[in-house]
Amino acid sequence: MKLTKSTKNTFVTCGMVVAAYLIMELLMNGGVLTSSHIKSLLVPICVYSMLAVSLNLTVGILGELSLGHAGFVCVGAFSGAMFTRCLSGVMPGWLCFLLAFVVGAIVAGVFGLLIGIPVLRLRGDYLAIVTLAFGEIIKNIVNVIYVGRDSSGFTIVFNSNAGVSLDSDGEWLMNGAQGVTGITKYSSFTIGVVLLLITLVVVLNFINSRTGRAVMAIRDNRIAAEATGINVTKYKLMAFTVSAVLAGMAGVLYAHNYVILKAKTFDYNFSILILVFVVLGGIGSVRGSVIAATILYILPEMLRGFSEYRMLIYAIVLIICMLFNWSPSAIEWREKVRAKLFKKPKGKAEIDSDNA
Amino acid sequence: MSFLSYLINGVSLGSVYAIIALGYTMVYGIAKMLNFAHGDVIMVGGYVVYIAMNTYGLGAIPSIIVSMIFCTVLGVVIEGVAYKPLRGASSSLAVLITAIGMSYFLQNAAQLIFGAETKAFSSVVSIPPLHLADGKLTITGEAIVTVAACIVIMAALMLFVNKTKPGRAMLAVSEDKDTARLMGVNVNATISLTFAIGAALAAIAGALLCSSYPSLTPTTGAMPGIKAFVAAVFGGIGSIPGAMLGGILLGIIENLVKAYISTQVADAIVFGVLIGVLLVKPTGIFGKKVHEKV
Repeated sequence: MKLTKSTKNTFVTCGMVVAAYLIMELLMNGGVLTSSHIKSLLVPICVYSMLAVSLNLTVGILGELSLGHAGFVCVGAFSGAMFTRCLSGVMPGWLCFLLAFVVGAIVAGVFGLLIGIPVLRLRGDYLAIVTLAFGEIIKNIVNVIYVGRDSSGFTIVFNSNAGVSLDSDGEWLMNGAQGVTGITKYSSFTIGVVLLLITLVVVLNFINSRTGRAVMAIRDNRIAAEATGINVTKYKLMAFTVSAVLAGMAGVLYAHNYVILKAKTFDYNFSILILVFVVLGGIGSVRGSVIAATILYILPEMLRGFSEYRMLIYAIVLIICMLFNWSPSAIEWREKVRAKLFKKPKGKAEIDSDNA
Repeated sequence: MSFLSYLINGVSLGSVYAIIALGYTMVYGIAKMLNFAHGDVIMVGGYVVYIAMNTYGLGAIPSIIVSMIFCTVLGVVIEGVAYKPLRGASSSLAVLITAIGMSYFLQNAAQLIFGAETKAFSSVVSIPPLHLADGKLTITGEAIVTVAACIVIMAALMLFVNKTKPGRAMLAVSEDKDTARLMGVNVNATISLTFAIGAALAAIAGALLCSSYPSLTPTTGAMPGIKAFVAAVFGGIGSIPGAMLGGILLGIIENLVKAYISTQVADAIVFGVLIGVLLVKPTGIFGKKVHEKV
């Protein structure tokens, strides 16, 4: 069987994740790695990798800057958490958790579609600010929803639950700014890796499909794509919605990793953090997103030795990375060094760097 | 009467947004970049005024001047170190992420230097409040000074941009960088000048913001920065009167919503109005529609 280049690429990317998973499992089971602190980082790494890959679909493949990814994560996380919170007594835990992913994905997908229709009419920085606005709106509204349950059914109030009383057997499932409490911690590293693999396969296949090529054609030249008969709105919406669905699933994984889920976690800084992963990993490079999310999530934790200086160092590293990666003079300098080291003719070095 | 006082507070808050938005919109117009660190320059400006007044015992006006000088230097240094090398990079996202890095840097540096605890800022305004209609309506001195400062700054900027040589150079660079260079405009110096003006405005905004809302933390500038950016987009990014109008409208909407609907969803409604405006007029109120050529 002869593999096409894109299939090979998918296998390499997924193989890399599986290899990393096996190494970590071996280290943990072999007793080499016992620090519970490092173990607690594993699920978030999967979450952030999934988010970076899904955002890369919007930013890298669709070519639109989205600053509201946290909104979809928020919607997915809350719908998934509410689902398991309500129904975990009715069915076995694993089934409930599995269905929570379906619920989170569908709800986030619906939001992606609804938000995508108006947003994708705008261009460039206007689109960016409107996605940011939607993300903040979702966060603010989720922050004031109160959902209570008692024997007479569900009670939903906005703004404040003062004055609303439930029956004696009732409880507030969702408590405004306090969020959802008492979530069962279903998430594990294995489930995280499986979800990350699903995300990777979905995104990589999307990119290499007819739809993906249409989306990239729109990114490269909207007018030319339209002229060749590509339905711009449809394909843009498709990419945006798939990105939202995957973000929603990551949100469910995130929610079930902690006991408490608060809406204010998902502010614009959360979206920006994911965008940083995407840009540093390479815009449009799926493998790069996973690597960048992993390294950049671990980096501040590794810098704990520097205690209060760690976020300052993180900021400096971020700026230096960006300058080194993107400034025209740094790129020129890198080409020169590479040409000298490998004794390649200059023309060839340029072609190689394009393929990398 | 209470409606009128909410309205006046709204105009006052909106004037602060407008001053910040002017800095945003000028930088965007000329460098085509979202300067995410702009909000944090406001915070730095606030801290410099605080230190100058409380530690060195300077008066209000000298403190603000010191803060303006400090922020101007800071703005030019940030531009030179972090943004200038990325001019001409293949993706405009690169400079955006660098600006975000700069914003993290300023926040964390401020936290290390000044500590994370909230500082009680003493007002820079010494004008007594104005009592109208038998004391039913009170206008604070801060509100009067803020609105006056906003009007003066806006008028001065309009004069500067339209009547002076460096101002017209800014217009030329924002229109077409390469042609401006061919006409003998020093593009790099013009961009640095824009950052300098933006940072000086941020210092003033910082002092006024902290006078009206007297608590200063390393993240004080973040949310007003985002709101001012929204205001700039609202009015049509790149347009000076647009930034002014957008800022004041945003301040009024925010204060009225807080007073009559809910404080918790005020931000959601402000952003909702922004989305509504952009859907009807995709380039903001005063924005120019640029047609794409094939």
